[in-house]
Amino acid sequence: MSTTTKLDLTDAAPAKPEKARPRRSLRANSTLNFWLFTSPFLIGLVIFVFVPMGWSIYLSFFEARFTVSPSEFIGLDNYKAILDNPDFTGSLVTFTVFAAFIVPTTWALSLGLALLVHRLTFMKAFFRSVFFIPTAVSYVAAALIWKMSIFNGVRFGLANTVIGWFGVENTAWLANPDPPWYWLVIVTLRLWLQAGFYMILFLAALQNIPAELYEAASIDGAKPGWQTFRYITLPQLRATSTAVILLLLIAAYQAFDEFWNLLGKATWGQPPLVELYKTALGESQDYGQGSAGAVILTVLILIITLFQGKIMGFGRGEESK
Amino acid sequence: MTTTAPDVTKTPRKKRGGKVIGNTGLYIATGVAALLFLVPFYLIVRNALMTDPEITGEDWKWFPTDIQWGNITEPFNDETVDFGRALWNSWVVAVLHTSGILLICSLAGYGLARIPYRHANKVFYGVLVTLMIPTAVTFVPSFVLVSSLGWVDTYRGLIIPGLFSGFTCFLFRQYFLGFPKELEEAARVDGLSYWGAYWRVVVPNSLNFFAAMATITFISGWNSFLWPLVIGQDPSSWTIQVALSSYMTNQTVNYHLIFMATAISILPLLLVFLFLQRWLVQGIAQTGIKG
Repeated sequence: MSTTTKLDLTDAAPAKPEKARPRRSLRANSTLNFWLFTSPFLIGLVIFVFVPMGWSIYLSFFEARFTVSPSEFIGLDNYKAILDNPDFTGSLVTFTVFAAFIVPTTWALSLGLALLVHRLTFMKAFFRSVFFIPTAVSYVAAALIWKMSIFNGVRFGLANTVIGWFGVENTAWLANPDPPWYWLVIVTLRLWLQAGFYMILFLAALQNIPAELYEAASIDGAKPGWQTFRYITLPQLRATSTAVILLLLIAAYQAFDEFWNLLGKATWGQPPLVELYKTALGESQDYGQGSAGAVILTVLILIITLFQGKIMGFGRGEESK
Repeated sequence: MTTTAPDVTKTPRKKRGGKVIGNTGLYIATGVAALLFLVPFYLIVRNALMTDPEITGEDWKWFPTDIQWGNITEPFNDETVDFGRALWNSWVVAVLHTSGILLICSLAGYGLARIPYRHANKVFYGVLVTLMIPTAVTFVPSFVLVSSLGWVDTYRGLIIPGLFSGFTCFLFRQYFLGFPKELEEAARVDGLSYWGAYWRVVVPNSLNFFAAMATITFISGWNSFLWPLVIGQDPSSWTIQVALSSYMTNQTVNYHLIFMATAISILPLLLVFLFLQRWLVQGIAQTGIKG
């Protein structure tokens, strides 16, 4: 139908709507298809992400103990209570210390491993696999190995066996916050589990650096090694580094599994999520206060993520790709 | 290494010699790091195949004197934790989680990337917002919702809330943006609908990416702990990770059993990893990012 009218160019007036109609129906068709493709996901997203978030904000202004239905409006009391709770505020400090340890160390280790593996001429795939494979292990399983075999506070633990060879006394790695050896346990566990994954990202980025850059640098007299690393490799990895740091920070926020399993009953070294779990699902079952905590945490994360994105220019590298 | 020949290469002899030494050093450094990375795996196997007195003995033993193959069945015979049931639960959850996520998120990612719609960007920002909120922070409100639906201790509760991953949708969108447009256009000209083009052209040509995403999703499903811990209040709905965790809080510590259970929980993923390694690495490199 439209094909016949399309050829009729003599009469401008009726041609216009005729031309527009197929385009509009095409657009309507794609709009319908857009929603057909995306609505299963979007509806789920609304029900299981947006609604709980909204409900949580609502609940945080109410008294809600042992029940998920709010009973009494109490304004900001939940916020006051959880901010007065030294365990919760302490957990924010714990997170800060944890992030300050884990983000730079994982960044450095995964970049280091990537540089090593990248330069290998044979057995490259083998070594890449060795470093990557811990990614398959769960935090729970790793916590189990760390707690019961490596950093066991008794003689037969690997760490104590090894330091024993040098005549050092047994150390209670997890059972004592002073000195805080538990940080060593937690940081090494996470390094082992996640360094290989970020190594892959760095490896991919290293492969994308044009060889001509190094050739040009060597003509200009740059010594291979520190100089080329400092002035070529590192700047070329900027976009990847930014993404890695952001992902590491987000992953650090989500820390729960290994803390829960390594330090379950301890009163020290608890990250925010463990505290929230204890508040909302522990003995007190205070969903109101737990929700207030979740809101505070979300706001903090948003601020830090946006701030970090701003300074590091997250996404800028993506545009130029 | 036979660089003494009087060829006029740009590399002077000194430099080559340095390269050999550099290479040896490189391999030593990589090798040492690799050994350190393998120690935890070795410890699992060692402890799983030893007797408790040997594990806790005074003298450190790198190898069991007598390999206890009988330990393999022990987690399954343990009375305190239904290990077989937990394995089955994990299997069901991980498989359904993976297939559900791949279906729902790939469709949405395709729609966002390729189907023209005036407000597509606004919708996409709505998805991006959820990326900023770490999913783990939402577990309190999600639990509130799921428990009011009566889904605690059910497969539904374990699986459905996790299907709507903004991140996976985002990755699929990024991937489809880079998918060669010509292929689809040809299909559309041939009269296929969006739906037809998607299933007959786009998906069959994206199997590598789908495989990589499937592996990553399966691993995260199998390894997830916080949500199954929250939802699995009754031991019959425990997943393998919750079961493993419960061993740590048990009053009697049965070392070889715990490590055998750990080994069994890791083995399927290790196999998947070793076989799909190439795809996986490519997929991760392709997506650029994945947390």
